[in-house]
Amino acid sequence: MSITLAANTISDFLDGSVVPVLGWEISSGTALVIAAIIHAVLLFHVFALCPFFLIWLERKGSGRIQDRLGPTRVGGKFGWLQSLADGIKLIQKEDLCPPAADAMLFRSAPYIVCLASFAAFVVLPFSSGWVAVSADCGLFIMLAVLSLEVFGIIMAGYSSGSKWSLFGGMREAAQMVSYEIPLAICALIPIVAAGSLNLGEIGDMQGGHLGNWFIFHDPFTFIAFFVYFVVATASCKRAPFDLAEAESELVGGFHTEYSGMRWSFFFMGEYASMFAVCGVASILFLGGWNTGIPGLDGSLQQLRAAGAASGEFSASGYLANVLGAVVFISKAALLVFVQIWVRWTLPRLRIDQVMVTCLKYLVPISCFLFLGATIWPLLWLAGKQISTAPFQQPLGQRVAAVLPAGESSERPQVTPSGPVIDEPVSEEPADGDTEPSGDSVSVEGTAPASAADALAVEVAASEVQS
Amino acid sequence: MNSLFTVFALAACLGAIAVVVSQSVVRMAFWLVVSLGSVAALFFLADADFIGAAQLLIYVGGTLVLLVFGVMLTASGPYMKIETSPAETVVAGLIGLLFLFMVFSSLSGVEWTGTENRMLATDTSAGFDDQSEGNTLRPLGFALLGVRPDLGTNTPGYLLPFEIASVHLLVVLIGAAYLARAKRRRDVN
Repeated sequence: MSITLAANTISDFLDGSVVPVLGWEISSGTALVIAAIIHAVLLFHVFALCPFFLIWLERKGSGRIQDRLGPTRVGGKFGWLQSLADGIKLIQKEDLCPPAADAMLFRSAPYIVCLASFAAFVVLPFSSGWVAVSADCGLFIMLAVLSLEVFGIIMAGYSSGSKWSLFGGMREAAQMVSYEIPLAICALIPIVAAGSLNLGEIGDMQGGHLGNWFIFHDPFTFIAFFVYFVVATASCKRAPFDLAEAESELVGGFHTEYSGMRWSFFFMGEYASMFAVCGVASILFLGGWNTGIPGLDGSLQQLRAAGAASGEFSASGYLANVLGAVVFISKAALLVFVQIWVRWTLPRLRIDQVMVTCLKYLVPISCFLFLGATIWPLLWLAGKQISTAPFQQPLGQRVAAVLPAGESSERPQVTPSGPVIDEPVSEEPADGDTEPSGDSVSVEGTAPASAADALAVEVAASEVQS
Repeated sequence: MNSLFTVFALAACLGAIAVVVSQSVVRMAFWLVVSLGSVAALFFLADADFIGAAQLLIYVGGTLVLLVFGVMLTASGPYMKIETSPAETVVAGLIGLLFLFMVFSSLSGVEWTGTENRMLATDTSAGFDDQSEGNTLRPLGFALLGVRPDLGTNTPGYLLPFEIASVHLLVVLIGAAYLARAKRRRDVN
């Protein structure tokens, strides 16, 4: 699956159809452009609404936790007008640019921050198949794009012409560059179990029940989730790692000189990237759009697959996807809430403590977890006396193919495009010629396909050569 | 796709020109972001998503951040400028023209139609499950592990270069940690 626009369906629908009143026929290029615009507008609304909701959550949360009186008394049902009030206040402020600043860089820095966190949503799936661009290395693109955000912040700090901003920018640069290492390593740990970097496939693999979530895959992924969450909090420069904007020491850090909408762009970017990293956490570790309820997930997945296979609009598949999106968004929002909760309860670290935490503790821990996660499946398979020769498929499929049916039903894996394979215990295994005899499975009998066998021979040959 | 290509190619070229023309180092870095980001977009347009993302991660997210970081740590004035003397401009212009000539001569030396036909004739995606374009991740991973199912059994992959590069990076890491370590104070007595 290359860069496939999920808009394929929309553009296919529009292609060749006729505009109702005017009678023009839509060409395929125009259809693609219209579909792209629809997707961009949809994503932009997600990008704009998620800060709106999260600012409200942050204000209310901080109001409750720290007994701040204002946000608990805002108008509207549950005070939802808070974000609107904040927004109106910010819009009418003057757009200042200090005379000492490098005006061009100063003005363009907020846009870089916004652009980077907005672009990350392009590869973030919200439900099975609900993604703007389903790229084969989605997670990699996501991490790459999110790493651009720091550049805008450093530029803001440098170009403001203020010492506070410069210090904030420097701290941010040091912090981000070092926290990217454990972030990437921790994100790789569930990838070892999944065998794919496509976020949509990873989400689909965790269907079935709670035990299939990658956080429960092995002890290493379980610890990796918490490490990832700490590192993600730090990489969004949230408290207790918000040294770049430490109010008590640096006035406002990198955004000291900003006001009005440009200031709020930084925070829109920050909230959006908080949601993005929490979304990645919920896809990688917490099952994505799968509810984790045993009976429900399989049938939902079947509805989705049937809807996708039918090639036209199917209400049940659509509703299953909506439910998946709701589940996914609530998981991510829950993680964001934990970040907010931590921010208003924990004191800020010192900058040297932040760096020591990352370089002396988090990097070695994540390296150890990564090593463990790579060795774990080998040990597990060796314990079952199963050869790992047919290596070409992702690990998930390999395990499902090699295991006898009794165990594969315990951990059903899905092929990337198909529904959950939820075999009952009594069924024959998929390849047919294996006796369901438990642990003593012979290597030759369990090889899933002849192609994989041939490939194993090839590998052996090339290994001998090198 | 063609109009998108035009946009990104223009952005890449104009960004590169702006890097040369501007004098402030951080502005150069900004224009370099524009240029390299557009090159990444061109990679995405060519269905090479892995190398596009690697371009963003390594050059924009890594190298340029380090560049600006270095400027911030070492600059003596508020905005670091690079002033070039006329002689330097002339020499650099000559070298640039020579490079342009080299690129043009090598590009015009390529026989495009023959190459395209040959590439279409050899199906490089054979041996992998998914043959759709842009699915470059798994073939790349196999090639780096020394397996080339697409080229037959006798073709070695890139395991040795991969290992050499990783050992090299490890040496650099250890060396950097050694240089940056906390120096132990030696007592006079």
